[in-house]
This record gives sequence, structure tokens and C-alpha cells, in this order.
Amino acid sequence: MSQEPLELQLPEKVSIFTIFREFLVVGAISFGGGLFAFLRDLMVDKRKWITNEEFVVMLSISQAIPGLNSVNLAVLMGDKLRGSIGSFVAALGLLLPGATLVLVIGMFYGVNRHHPMADHVLAGIAAGAAGLFGTITWKTGSHAFQGLKSLLLVIFTFVLMIVLKWPLYIILLVVLPIGLYVFRPSTHEAQKDLK
Amino acid sequence: MSTWLQLTEVFSMLSMLAVGGGSAVLPEMQTLLERYFGFTQTEFVHAYSIGQLAPGPMMLTVLIMGEIIDGLAGGLIAGLAFFIPSSILCFSVGRLWRYIGDRPWRQSLQMALEPLSIGLMCSAAYIIAKESIFNWQTGAIALVVAFLLMRTKINPVLLILAAATVGFFGQIHS
Repeated sequence: MSQEPLELQLPEKVSIFTIFREFLVVGAISFGGGLFAFLRDLMVDKRKWITNEEFVVMLSISQAIPGLNSVNLAVLMGDKLRGSIGSFVAALGLLLPGATLVLVIGMFYGVNRHHPMADHVLAGIAAGAAGLFGTITWKTGSHAFQGLKSLLLVIFTFVLMIVLKWPLYIILLVVLPIGLYVFRPSTHEAQKDLK
Repeated sequence: MSTWLQLTEVFSMLSMLAVGGGSAVLPEMQTLLERYFGFTQTEFVHAYSIGQLAPGPMMLTVLIMGEIIDGLAGGLIAGLAFFIPSSILCFSVGRLWRYIGDRPWRQSLQMALEPLSIGLMCSAAYIIAKESIFNWQTGAIALVVAFLLMRTKINPVLLILAAATVGFFGQIHS
């Protein structure tokens, strides 16, 4: 075990404006997904606000808590830098550019959606988005699809949602305890001993 | 006014249910929007698809959904209701984490959440595909996009724009 300090000491207080500006830039240029990579680049490589180890911890908290992983990451990073106001400006900066663009496109949709030309364009976009979403699901799930236990839980969740159409909160209340039992600490600690 | 309350209620509930990222909550979102606001499946898929054209988190699409339901104010309310509750929760848990530190159950929780959120993502993929792939042309577009994304590093936004162009010139009907 190395004894390196896990947390970097920040050389100086990062200004609220800097936090806002840096997250605003990521929010404006991260077209087409991959937001997580942009954020890691900003927080670990470019600004060196945190070490990679800290980033991994932040990421796992972000994933374990409801909400968008990217927004949660911004909240945690902002809090570390400047407390609650830092959290607020980080999340705001990340969301503002995309939100503005989405609202403008939404206005055009509201006005033009029954236009015959819009019908063709939207059909094309939707088909493309289906291909995109399928690919993202496949890539994100590659780990979960490999283990037999996790694959069975994936299928079980899908059946509850799509075939039986259970409400989501009930699905969470049923599947999460099963998952916690299947992956209880003794199971992965035992695996660690084998390695 | 009651629409605003309902938007707040629906989207803040979805916010707290979005385990493992926003896309897990898409199937439930579709069900609730249909039940409370008479949102059609086509509108849902259109709103989701258009949202992919913007930078930032892909769940910004909730703003379009709110906007379709009740104009600009609806969009803003849906956005605030969707992003604020989970962010406050994350902020609180993040602080708590510093006191608790790493525990074996944390890894169990992560391992248990993964198949759950992937199962929900598969459900969302099914719903989006079912609604947007309805003839051989749309099937071909989806397959070509998926193939290019798996094989190349091309930006997905360019592919979506290309799909829009093909839809336009190919006169695909939905």
C-alpha cells in the first residue's frame, strides 16, 4: 500500500466564477454524449482539482444516488471546491447551454410538428436516436451482461417493467433487496481472497 | 396552475427514482406522462430524440417534454423539478460520505444497482425502438447508426443529423 495522500491540497481558493465558467464550457461543447469523459478531463487533468482516485470515489457516489451521474458529479465537485454555492454554480453551468438550446428547439417543435416535412425529419431523427440508444445500452451494459447473476437480474427487471408493467418504485423495492442479497459483502470479499 | 403542480410532482418523483442515471427512468416517464398529460408515444419519442441534439446531459430532454405540455414555463418547471431533488440528495449524501467513508456494503449497493439500471435502460431501448422503427427504412437507419457507433469514433450528433437528412429526402412517414 502506498502512503500517498489521497486528496490534493488546492493551491488557492477557486473562484465561484471559475467554477461556473469551466462547467459552462463542458455543458456547451459536450455534444453527442461522453459527458463523463469531458468532466474527468476538466477535474483531474486540466484543472487538477482532484486525483483520479478521488474521481473514482465521486463517480461511484454519483452512480449510487438517483439523478444524472454528470449533474451529481458537478454537485460533488462544486461542494468540494466552494461548498453549497460551488455545487449550485457547477450544476447550473453544466445544464445552462444545453437547456437553452433544448428549449429553443422545443419551441420550433411546438410550432412545426404537424408540418408534413417535420414528420419526415422527426422520423429520421427518432430512428437514428433508437440506434444510438441501443448502442449506449449495449456498451454501458457490457459488464452487467457478462455475469450470470447480473444478467438474470437485468432480464428480471426488464420483464417487470415491460411485460408486467409494474410501477418503477415497486420494481426498485423488489429488485434492489434481491441484488443486495446476491452481492452481499461476503460474496465479493470471498472473491477478493481468491485473487 | 394545477398543471404546474402536476409537472412538479411527476418530475420530482422521477428525479428520485432515476437510479444509475436518467435513462433508467424513461419507461416510467412515458407511462406517467401518458397517464397525467395525455402524452402520446410519438410525442415522447420525438421529445427524447430531439433532446439528443443538444450538448450536456441527454436527460435535458425533460425540458422539451415540459414545454410540449405547458409551453416555456412548463419546460422550466419540469427541468427544475427533475434536477433539484436528486441534486440536493447527492449533495447531502456526498457530505455524509466523508464521515462514513468506505464500507463493504457500498460495493454491494453498486453491484446491485448496476443490473437494475441496465435492466431499466434495456426497457427504455425497447420502448424507443418499438415506437421509432416501423418500416424497413427506419430499421435500416437505426442499424446503420448503431453499426457506425460501434465501429467508428464519429460524433453521434452528426449521425442523428444525417438520419434527419435521410428522413427528409427519403420522405419517411411516421
